[in-house]
Amino acid sequence: MSDNRIAAFEPDGREQSLPSGHSGAENSALPLEGEAELRDWIALLKPRVMTLVVFTGLIGLLVAPGRIHPIIAFAAVLCIAVAAGAAGAINMWYDRDIDARMRRTASRPIPAGRILPHAALGFGVTLAAASVFVMFQATNLAAASVLAISILFYVFVYTMWLKRRTPQNIVIGGAAGAFPPVIGWAAVTGSVDLVPLIHFAIIFFWTPPHFWSLALYAHGDYARAGVPMLPVVSGARETRRQIMGYTVLLLPITLLPWFVGFSGPAYAVVATLLGLGFIYHAWLVLTDAQDESGVSLTGDKPARAAFKFSLLHLAVIFAAIALDRLLTGLLG
Amino acid sequence: MAQQQDHLSRADSKEIARRRRGRSIAIFFSLLGLCVLFYAIAIIKMARH
Repeated sequence: MSDNRIAAFEPDGREQSLPSGHSGAENSALPLEGEAELRDWIALLKPRVMTLVVFTGLIGLLVAPGRIHPIIAFAAVLCIAVAAGAAGAINMWYDRDIDARMRRTASRPIPAGRILPHAALGFGVTLAAASVFVMFQATNLAAASVLAISILFYVFVYTMWLKRRTPQNIVIGGAAGAFPPVIGWAAVTGSVDLVPLIHFAIIFFWTPPHFWSLALYAHGDYARAGVPMLPVVSGARETRRQIMGYTVLLLPITLLPWFVGFSGPAYAVVATLLGLGFIYHAWLVLTDAQDESGVSLTGDKPARAAFKFSLLHLAVIFAAIALDRLLTGLLG
Repeated sequence: MAQQQDHLSRADSKEIARRRRGRSIAIFFSLLGLCVLFYAIAIIKMARH
């Protein structure tokens, strides 16, 4: 925050000069630069991404064997949310150049000039450190360690290393978003077992078809920004094939909780129906009317529908995992 | 290069004051919430022992 800039009017209304070092041209160009509103700081935390992170983290915590005090559970979920937001803020700091070139992200607080880059970085780093510290104090070393790894992975592996270098960016980088159920589980048990790793795998394999569906209709934005998303590098036709492949692969992976005996047959039925629904949407994406280069002639309607369905798919899968455990506990 | 006058307009000044007030209130409530949370965590941990 630029706190060296002071209000130009005293309380009695007299005009007051600004400290030296601020040119009038600078002020007239962006008079409120760096003077963000609260909602800008909240936007820096990517609240929409945070919703799914909190949800899957909460499910990991609820289905883990053992007991946890509700206030400790609240603190753990809060830490997961804050850590995700902190990683998002650092990501926005690092990607401010490409965000400014993409229509979808140009109005974010940093490219729009409402938050200064170094302020966003400081905000993100502080929140990241605080979330790991509080997680350790409230729960245990395992949960705090996995939380720290998830932040470092998102910032250094995905944002700084992969995102601008390879079309596999969201395949490997997708691991960052898959950590929350593992963290939730570790907060209760103090360890990482097979079941949270299966939850991790579900999100990991769900991420590519989810993001590539979005990238199919936002590839112009990514191309302008120079981000090597799959549709930009390999074309729309190859992206459609990859979406289909990952969606088919996802179905058996979502059945693993039932296969290892953690979830019951009701979950298996729900997961199968959702998986078939996702495959159906992927099929519509694959067979969408296209020109020779694979570009949609329908305004990428199937890709938009597949993106929306993918959100529903993951939310219902994790809700089903939790409900199945709840019912098993009540009936058994 | 000609220097322009170093000042903000009255409207900008009021807007900046409003935004800073909003941020200050948010920081106050965040810190208050954290104090309550830390206190609760400490009590729960002590009760366990």
